[in-house]
Amino acid sequence: MLDFAIQTKGLTRMFGDFTAVDHITFNVKQGEIFGFLGANGAGKTTAMKMLTGLLTPTSGEARVSGRDVYTEAESIKKNIGYMSQKFSLYDDLTAEENIRFYGGVYGIQPHELSQKAEELLERTGLIEERKKLVKDLPLGWKQKLAFSIAILHHPNIVFLDEPTGGVDPVTRRQFWEQIYEVSEQGITVFVTTHYMDEAEYCDRISIMVDGRMDALGTPAELKQEHSAETIEEVFIKLARSAKRGGG
Amino acid sequence: MNSFSGFVVKEFKQIYRDKRTLIVLFGMPVIMMILFGFAIRNEINNAKIGILDRAKDEASQAIIHKLEASDSFEISAYLKSYDEVEALFRQGEVKEVVVFESEFRKKLVKQGQANVQVLTDATDPNLANLVQSYTANIIQDYAETLHEGKHLETAGISPDIRMMYNPELKSVNLFVPGLIAVILMLVSALMTSISITREKEMGNMEILLVSPLKPYHIIIGKVLPYLVLSVVNVITILILAKFVFQVPFEGSYLLFFAESGLFILTALALGVFISSASENQQTAMMISLAGLLLPTVLLSGFIFPVSSMPDVLQFVSHIIPAKWFLVIVRSIMLKGSDFLLIWKETLILVMMTVLLIALSIRKFKVRLQ
Repeated sequence: MLDFAIQTKGLTRMFGDFTAVDHITFNVKQGEIFGFLGANGAGKTTAMKMLTGLLTPTSGEARVSGRDVYTEAESIKKNIGYMSQKFSLYDDLTAEENIRFYGGVYGIQPHELSQKAEELLERTGLIEERKKLVKDLPLGWKQKLAFSIAILHHPNIVFLDEPTGGVDPVTRRQFWEQIYEVSEQGITVFVTTHYMDEAEYCDRISIMVDGRMDALGTPAELKQEHSAETIEEVFIKLARSAKRGGG
Repeated sequence: MNSFSGFVVKEFKQIYRDKRTLIVLFGMPVIMMILFGFAIRNEINNAKIGILDRAKDEASQAIIHKLEASDSFEISAYLKSYDEVEALFRQGEVKEVVVFESEFRKKLVKQGQANVQVLTDATDPNLANLVQSYTANIIQDYAETLHEGKHLETAGISPDIRMMYNPELKSVNLFVPGLIAVILMLVSALMTSISITREKEMGNMEILLVSPLKPYHIIIGKVLPYLVLSVVNVITILILAKFVFQVPFEGSYLLFFAESGLFILTALALGVFISSASENQQTAMMISLAGLLLPTVLLSGFIFPVSSMPDVLQFVSHIIPAKWFLVIVRSIMLKGSDFLLIWKETLILVMMTVLLIALSIRKFKVRLQ
């Protein structure tokens, strides 16, 4: 078992003269729920793309699941799961077909896949809805399904990009329960969000401002450090210093 | 390999479930074929004409009979004087009036020359042209039989016109190759570009790119079903052309399908290229329709001959893949040409395809870097 799911050192990405991500250094422990915060345009997406192997860094080091992002991007892809705000399910396929399709994409063998799909349907309570097209499912179930699919191949780390955008508070709460379950199975959760109450649920959080990582620690540590009542206050204090406009 | 075949299966399922698109995909070739085959014609059928016969002799009557006997014309009015011509045209009753001068036969025999005046309603210039040339053909035909029978020597030169490879000037023979090009462009380029951009828009592409699937797996997986559909469409058009419209097929089927396959690849590469340049489905559709379909219909020689276009447009037509494909298909279908006669056009298509694929790969990579 690795100690760290993600390790970066001076990770930087330039687009021409523009430094999208500016020497960020942080470690994420295996099994941790790591909140990745920042205003729009602060560089979160770029950093996430580098960690998921979609973008090559300009300089610095990064190891994801113990593998180097420069040389072992393909191997990283097999060990991570990813879920975006859009859920990225196929509306015109059924719940079961979506599970089988993404399972296949992640290289799960057919005999294993049938069993895993069955387990997933049972666990999420979607057995009755398995033959329903995804477009006919309520948003909360789509979210649950998308998350379950992202961890179907039991990755080391799952990246969640604003997974609770546009979802009601009750469903959000249920979703965080699901995140805790996954974390207990030893899967590292790397999550971005704009909801500051969610930030409080994380083991540790980081806040990016203008491409730099200006804060890193447990929610309690950060609040103490910035003598604030809530993470929201911390965030606003830091975000005010930003020179780049939010986009 | 398992993940790739799963991808192709998923793609087919999605196409199959999208009934509206499915109807368009398979209905379009049939509807277009019927439209172009029956409704839009360059040949004339039962065009109404008027006759003003001032001679009323053997010769003028013979020509009138010939006109009447042809399928192209229907004599709907016999005029008494020249003054009626204008009124008749204004009513829009006839497309043409044929006027025989008085003492027609006498002049023809004695002077070896007599005049027929052909007046056409040129508000529709294409039709007027056709009607006129058909009439001229019939009159010339008569003149020839007259000369043979009487062994008359005439000093005039009479041109001997023969329409090779499409002797009946059937427009359907010309439209079929063009239609194949248009439909392949539509299915391959338009549908592929839309389906790839949809994947981008819905956020599925993000997941696929993060997954262990290789980018070329994704592209081939997206493109393969449309390749199959395109081939089915080509076969449909070919069957309709042969059995409903009796379009001749002189050349080799093998060569035809090989060339069609090449053109499908060109169109698919175009589709992939368009999708790499557009962020959403609307953009992809607009680029495909305005940038591909219109030029394919208007500038490829499908409807208007390339040789009669202004120089600028002729130059533009060179970069339209359909133009080269049309030359190839017309040669194979109507002339029965073999590969040696069309290798140049084939080579151009091959180069276009390679260039488009190279550009798409570059674009794809740039986006990821």
